[in-house]
Amino acid sequence: MLAFLVQRISQAVLVMFVISVIAFAIQDGLGDPLQQMVGMSVSQEEREAIRDEMGLNDPLVVQYLKFAGNALQGDLGTSYFYGKPTLDVILEHLPATLELVIGASLIILVFSVPIGVYAAIRPQAWLSKFFMGVSTVGISIPVFLTAIVLIQLFSIGVTVDWFPEDAGWGQWLNAALSTEGGLPSYGRGDELTPLFGTWNSGFFSQGGILHLVLPSISLASIMLPLFIRLIRAEMMEVLQSDYIRYARAKGLSSARINFLHALKNTMLPVITVGGVQIGIMVAYTILTETVFQWPGVGLMFLEAITRSDIPLIVAYLMVVGLIFVITNTVVDLIYGLVNPTVKLTGKKA
Amino acid sequence: MTTATLSRWDRFRESFLWYSFKRDKVAIASFVVLVLMVLAAIFAPLLAPADPYDLAQINIMNSELPPVGLDGSDPAFPLGTDAQGRDLLSTILYGTRVSLLIGFGAVLLQAALGILFGLLAGYLGGRVDSILMRIADVQLSFSTLMVAIIVGAVFKASFGNLMFGEIAIYMLIFIIGVSEWPQIARTVRASVLAEKKKEYVDAAKVMGFRTGRIMFRHILPNTLSPIFVIATVQIANAIISEAALSFLGLGMPETQPSLGSLIKSGFDYIQSGSWWITLIPGLVLVVLVLVINLLGDWLRDVMNPRLYKG
Repeated sequence: MLAFLVQRISQAVLVMFVISVIAFAIQDGLGDPLQQMVGMSVSQEEREAIRDEMGLNDPLVVQYLKFAGNALQGDLGTSYFYGKPTLDVILEHLPATLELVIGASLIILVFSVPIGVYAAIRPQAWLSKFFMGVSTVGISIPVFLTAIVLIQLFSIGVTVDWFPEDAGWGQWLNAALSTEGGLPSYGRGDELTPLFGTWNSGFFSQGGILHLVLPSISLASIMLPLFIRLIRAEMMEVLQSDYIRYARAKGLSSARINFLHALKNTMLPVITVGGVQIGIMVAYTILTETVFQWPGVGLMFLEAITRSDIPLIVAYLMVVGLIFVITNTVVDLIYGLVNPTVKLTGKKA
Repeated sequence: MTTATLSRWDRFRESFLWYSFKRDKVAIASFVVLVLMVLAAIFAPLLAPADPYDLAQINIMNSELPPVGLDGSDPAFPLGTDAQGRDLLSTILYGTRVSLLIGFGAVLLQAALGILFGLLAGYLGGRVDSILMRIADVQLSFSTLMVAIIVGAVFKASFGNLMFGEIAIYMLIFIIGVSEWPQIARTVRASVLAEKKKEYVDAAKVMGFRTGRIMFRHILPNTLSPIFVIATVQIANAIISEAALSFLGLGMPETQPSLGSLIKSGFDYIQSGSWWITLIPGLVLVVLVLVINLLGDWLRDVMNPRLYKG
């Protein structure tokens, strides 16, 4: 176990090192900080002098060590646009993204477990087939398109008048197919409750929650089909195993078998895979936040690209890299803890 | 030569692939829709009523006209027009062409990389294997979309907007190809590991063939069917990735739109009620991706009997 721990952590450190080298290369290759600082009137000699003074003429290794040293102390440079330390800018935007991820995860949890379990217990039922069909279609719809459709339906609203208004059924169908609209589709609203530090939460006011609804559903829409399929597949495998057959032979009620014995062992792989997927959701927050102008780190990153705010781009890479590495390592360690048969990679079989 | 092709056709007609295709209605329907869309994209210059790349044909007075059947529509523009007054049907035909081109191109690139690295890792084993697969693991744990967004962002920042727009197709093929190679490499490696234990490989070794020849001429042909399955699904993924990058403004410019950049340009006008500019290209994108995914599912079921569903 100790070998496993050391191996995983050293691997995480190695990955973080590679990320920092990439981030450094981007910073070094893209921006000339001197150009941002001085005007046209500064002579070539003065430029060289400033370069020397700033250490821009040092060997690359020395420059990298300085960059890494600063990064370890939490100094990732100053944003050109915000004029503040990049880490502060990211910390200001991070709570919005986290709340979006929490909202989406809640939706995924509430819907994926019952649907996945049902589809596993009754694979031939038409409702199961319907859910599996919907999830195939769901995987094929890009997250930004789901978001746009949701905005059209529930924010702008749709009026349907295809059916004759004078017939009762026509009126009813028109009303049933029309949507009200009115849900907010822009930003987080202004009813935010300060929690601590830079965290202003939208979970404690009606307006805040209303603003969360559409973005959370959009973000959840991409992961929900994956989770339903995963839970169904795992549960079906568990239901085939010997101990379930034994429990049936013993005469336990099927509810007890399904929900107490089978579900418990289904959730283990689901939680570990789920942990990794939550990390992957960071990539999709960029798309969701762009559509809804959600003031989180994804939108911030995209704006940093259009503004060529290189320190902020680099800082985002480092922070997101760190989040990925930590989630993956923790998930690996948990998996190793609960499942001792996990093979140690790199060890000769 | 003709007899050889004829017998190959006969062999295909008697194969399990053709047999199960004939019996699967979903597969047939998906295949027909896909072929129609690919043909429409290839012959876009002949089919499209207007050339969206030709500025002389665009009249700003025609902007934001709704599709036929709605108030204020013009029969000259069956699906309406976008905010610049371009005929939406034509831009969608040309956009599907760009999306498909990038999708196929990116999968060709990732297949080339994936097959090369997968063969090397699986056949040579040892250090080569562990280094390549470590890189693949790390890249996959970051999600391919994230890698593509970051590479795209860096390219865009270093080339500048104008330059990036001109070479956007090649850039996107490169970005998506490079960010998704681990998927194919893993599949190839797994089947190479199974193949290399077989006797024909030993025979080839005893006959003194070079390692390269054994890898590419003997083992590779036997690993093609899983590559084929995963490449199909990867085309759908590449098209979605391209659309996502274009939607974020890291992809095709609006002057040469793909389906993703059409959706993006239409999204700016959705609040003013012009839903068709964004939702019609969106629908085309979903149908395209869906039929490819359904074909991929069918191929996986046919070519990999171990995964037969109950």
